Amino acid sequence: MHTRGIPQPGWSFEYIMWIFTRISGIAMLILGGLGLAGALLMGARTQMDMPTLVRWTFFPNPNHVINSNIPDVAQGWASAFWQIMQMLLAAFGISHGFNGVRVIIEDYIGNTFWRPLMRGAIFLLWLFFMIVAVYVILAS
Amino acid sequence: MLAWVLHRIGGVAMVVLVGMHALASFSMQQFGSDLGTAINTVYESPYFQVFVVFFVLFHAINGLRIIVLDVWPKLLEYQREITWLQWLIFVPIYGLTVFILIQRTLSGE
Repeated sequence: MHTRGIPQPGWSFEYIMWIFTRISGIAMLILGGLGLAGALLMGARTQMDMPTLVRWTFFPNPNHVINSNIPDVAQGWASAFWQIMQMLLAAFGISHGFNGVRVIIEDYIGNTFWRPLMRGAIFLLWLFFMIVAVYVILAS
Repeated sequence: MLAWVLHRIGGVAMVVLVGMHALASFSMQQFGSDLGTAINTVYESPYFQVFVVFFVLFHAINGLRIIVLDVWPKLLEYQREITWLQWLIFVPIYGLTVFILIQRTLSGE
């Protein structure tokens, strides 16, 4: 086992993904904060319990707040704005997560003939989850 | 080293657990799948959420520490203090979460 160093700056795949990991990490923290603030602005304090608020913070999906005292989820909670926030969160999360899996796998298998096969498999999984996520967001 | 191990384990765990939760919800939403409902019942249980929240919270705070140290490498001198600060932020938030989870489980909600 070894820890990775910082890759050489430039237009290499490793460096771009290294930067992306950090940017998407910060972006997900900001999106979480936005979800939390938005929920409180929309009256979460009196309309939902804390677990429901946390579920909304992690992923602002109307199905996440269905078990609450919100009179009408369609007003405010199920809107185009939150759909875009969900898409951003899903895209950043799925890409960040599968890139992380790729990094871990490549730390252990090294640069053998398995690497392109693993990259292909991870790319297909990434694509599959992106499609599922977009479908779920648009259907809810 | 502990932070590095927890960051990796937690990262893989989140991809697997949240991925399964997303697929389970998708099959519930589209097909009313019993398996999806069963997976989500397990996922939502407090015995499971205790681990999910640990992984998410630790990964988020540890990731923030890594970013801060990457942007300001001079802070590496204070690595020890920053690690303590990280635990100081993590423990109260996670402790509160566990407290609420236990409280709600005992009150049968």
